[in-house]
Amino acid sequence: MRFAAETGTVMRREIMRQVYLDNSATTAVLPEVAAEMQKVLLDAYGNPSSLHTMGVEAERIKNAARRILAEACGGREEELIFTSGGTEANNLAVKGVARRLKRRGRHLITTQVEHPSVLYACRALEEEGFSVTYLPVDGTGRVRLDALEEALQEDTLLVSVMHVNNETGTVMPVAEIGRLVKEKAPEALFHVDAVQSFGKLPVSAGDWQADLITISAHKIHGPKGCGALWRRAGVPLAPLFHGGDQEAGLRPGTENMAGIAGFAAAARLALAEQSKRAAGLARLKEFFLRAVFAAIPDITVNSPKEAAPHIVSITFPGVKGEVLVHELTRWGIYVSTGSACHSRRADPSHVLLAMGRTPKEIEATLRFSFSPLNTEAELEYTVEKLQQAVAHLRRLTRRK
Amino acid sequence: MRKVYLDNAATTRLHDEVFAEMLPYLKDIYGNPSSIHSFGREARKAVEEAREKTAAALGAEPREIIFTSGATEANNIAIRGVARALLQKGRHIITTAVEHHAVLDACKALEEEGYRVTVLPVDAYGMVSPQDVADAIADDTILVSVMLANNEVGTVMPVAEIGKICRERGVIFHTDAVQAVGALPVNVDDLQVDLLSLSAHKFHGPKGVGALYVRKGTKLKVFSFGGAQERKMRPGTENVAGIVGLGKAIELATTGMEAKVSRIKAMRDKLIAGLLAIPDTRLNGHPEKRLPGNVNISVKYVEGESMILSLDLKGIAVSSGSACTSGSLDPSHVLMAMGLDHQTAHGSLRLTLSANNTEEEIDYVLSVMPDIVARLRAMSPVYPGKE
Repeated sequence: MRFAAETGTVMRREIMRQVYLDNSATTAVLPEVAAEMQKVLLDAYGNPSSLHTMGVEAERIKNAARRILAEACGGREEELIFTSGGTEANNLAVKGVARRLKRRGRHLITTQVEHPSVLYACRALEEEGFSVTYLPVDGTGRVRLDALEEALQEDTLLVSVMHVNNETGTVMPVAEIGRLVKEKAPEALFHVDAVQSFGKLPVSAGDWQADLITISAHKIHGPKGCGALWRRAGVPLAPLFHGGDQEAGLRPGTENMAGIAGFAAAARLALAEQSKRAAGLARLKEFFLRAVFAAIPDITVNSPKEAAPHIVSITFPGVKGEVLVHELTRWGIYVSTGSACHSRRADPSHVLLAMGRTPKEIEATLRFSFSPLNTEAELEYTVEKLQQAVAHLRRLTRRK
Repeated sequence: MRKVYLDNAATTRLHDEVFAEMLPYLKDIYGNPSSIHSFGREARKAVEEAREKTAAALGAEPREIIFTSGATEANNIAIRGVARALLQKGRHIITTAVEHHAVLDACKALEEEGYRVTVLPVDAYGMVSPQDVADAIADDTILVSVMLANNEVGTVMPVAEIGKICRERGVIFHTDAVQAVGALPVNVDDLQVDLLSLSAHKFHGPKGVGALYVRKGTKLKVFSFGGAQERKMRPGTENVAGIVGLGKAIELATTGMEAKVSRIKAMRDKLIAGLLAIPDTRLNGHPEKRLPGNVNISVKYVEGESMILSLDLKGIAVSSGSACTSGSLDPSHVLMAMGLDHQTAHGSLRLTLSANNTEEEIDYVLSVMPDIVARLRAMSPVYPGKE
């Protein structure tokens, strides 16, 4: 890793090689981003609600960031609401729409493979008397459009579908979904959780006919603790909590200014290099897959060919994923078994289950997620250690 | 131009040491605390260390601390969380007229959902009476929320006394301690509180991170959903650097507090004395029971906003009241609750100090203030002293 080598703040890191391949869980803050944050933390530290020059300066920084991010979603400056992250933005979108429009209807549609923040928000709404359709997906993790068409009702309030799945990288046909929603249930609103795609693939409110889009800073080399919900002007929303005029009353509380400035800086870098980064990631993925297939027999790739370029899910039959994670950690290689938010739970991935994988297969699955900071040399090293670890663990399993 | 920042109740400058502590968690130790590999575990360790520091500063146990995106969220989780959890027990909530909007608006939202809210009055100093709290408690009262110190006028509330009453009556007690941390001793047992909100950016930590203390056994219902972070009370990937910053900031703010506070108090008293020397001015809030860094004065015949802008031209940052509502034209709800008339309330100015201020800065403010007031009064149609 470039950063560790450059700064070398942690003793252990100086000695051991570090290969971070868990970029879907979170990413390193880029030096340029940290520099922007430092300015806001130590110099332009005013409260954007204050009337004096320092407040005005903070407000200007906030709105400049708002414009960059809103335009990156294909929207306008005033349509973006800053939140404490993707989870809050998803909660705000799903619950905010449902609660605000409950007089018009009580039906929502989502998929079985969404992030927990969408799924649990939907479950909470079920307790409040809403009904939710959880659409199935095919073997590649793509939502079944026939099922969506069937589920859409006249009183459907919201359809919430993620753009890129966080466990498999599967890209959902969001433009087709948008078209279908607006055709079959013109009054229904369309929310896209674009946390995993923002900054990596084109995000376009117009092309998708989306009404709400969730994005998050820490997946694109920005800071943790900052996200946003883009909301088309006029889309009704109820706030999650109360207490100030910030973000048009939809998200009160003093703004996370360093987070906001860092988010915008990270987005600016990601967008300027988007196609270059995407091509680089695609090359890394191809390199990695070819090397893994050459080195390790009997594996299945769960990510479809046309998946996002930064996520690969691989099943290694005969191996426990969690054991493999720890084994790789010993070599300074960081990967995960699935989504980070799920990693402390015992139950198998709901995404892979929905794709028809068995619990045994799921248990043997790892997620590798790349960033433009990774190198082919790192991946070579990873495959070498992976080959040794898998062979070793498979020998142990067979002996039992 | 020289810069004098006297709006520390709105937000504070990050402490350099806090930034130094945060930086590694942005650039190097950037793992997701929920990840099981060692990269994630290091981030988790940092979060837990910050939790220990926060708990230690409050006299609480680490597992009683929930990190949030700030005090507004903490206040909402506390008030709505208790209200929803104790729905079966009752629907009555008691608070005061001078709370922060995060508390008042959360209560208002509950009122719309069918709860009954008693908003207690305050006296001319902005003080609520513990007896009023005791009298307001009914059989169906489930929560009392009273701030520890007021953000506009700095009045320090008799929270320990109210805590005692609430405990005797078996009612959950929440205090918004946002302005108090680092300025007053804040100990959850001495105050006898069950819930306490705080925010890092008020004591030289970063914006966008706060905490809620939840006494063991206090029932709260979750209202945001997702991952299992913060014992499911507050899902979402942790703002690790922010949390580390909060931990360091609260440690710095509460260490050697007495010396810092007495220095700030001396500057405050000098500022108050100097401002009151200007004719037709009055101090708002309690003369003694007030935050060490708070000055709130009303200058008759002058608009607060005009004074803010005039001072701003001299490089001095102050406010007229709370920052969160500074865009609105309504007079401060706090000053109105204290019985000020509209005109006096509109002519109020809040100057809030921190350890970063110097006596020389106070002298500078006092040197420019009389001229500003005289000039604005000369333009004021209501000023009787005009020729």
